[in-house]
Amino acid sequence: MSVAVQAEPFDIAAEIKALQGARTDVGAIVTFTGTVRDEAKGRPIVEMMLEHYPGMTERELERVEAEAHARWPLQGVRIIHRIGSLKPGDDIVLVVTLSAHRQAAFEAAEFLMDYLKTRAPFWKKEVGIDGVGEWVDARDVDEAALKRWQP
Amino acid sequence: MTVTLRYFAWVRERVGRAEERVELPVSVVTVADLIVWLKARGPEYAHAFEKPEVIRAALDQIHVKPQTAIGEAREIAFFPPVTGG
Repeated sequence: MSVAVQAEPFDIAAEIKALQGARTDVGAIVTFTGTVRDEAKGRPIVEMMLEHYPGMTERELERVEAEAHARWPLQGVRIIHRIGSLKPGDDIVLVVTLSAHRQAAFEAAEFLMDYLKTRAPFWKKEVGIDGVGEWVDARDVDEAALKRWQP
Repeated sequence: MTVTLRYFAWVRERVGRAEERVELPVSVVTVADLIVWLKARGPEYAHAFEKPEVIRAALDQIHVKPQTAIGEAREIAFFPPVTGG
């Protein structure tokens, strides 16, 4: 299974090693890591709560992974998204793509993130120093980013 | 028909529960019909669904548009636009 939804942290080096294995035909490995910022619109943030829709989340991530494989000559894909309570500086999401050449690996990683941000059922709540949690609003710019991948 | 309704993020908070089983009246055909019906169930639902245009829905864990017919779906979920990544 190359997609995972988990509370635990991930180890980028270990994930790359697991994908690459003993292969010697891989020429490009791209990783993207999304992390928790300590502020949102000027408001200091002390915690991020990540909620998701168990079942649907995995289904959507597998769908987007299959779509990436159909579009680019990829040798491996790994998507890990964390859930639960995270702190500023913590990792949220990891995307790894392997290909013989860098263009496919770069493009597929961007595609996976754009797709994931607008389709995978995750919701973020940011908690301020006053303990008040606010749900993050979806950004139009994320929807616009997805449109460039439409055939 | 009895279906399971599931709510997420602020929709869940406003409704005050994560899921429930309901018997749908025959007048409810589409997802939009269901939202109209839910809004009349109480102030917490009216609050959660006060802006139907920002509510997203899934039938049996697949994204759908408001005009989609519910058909044989067993699980209907309502949630805000997603914000993962």
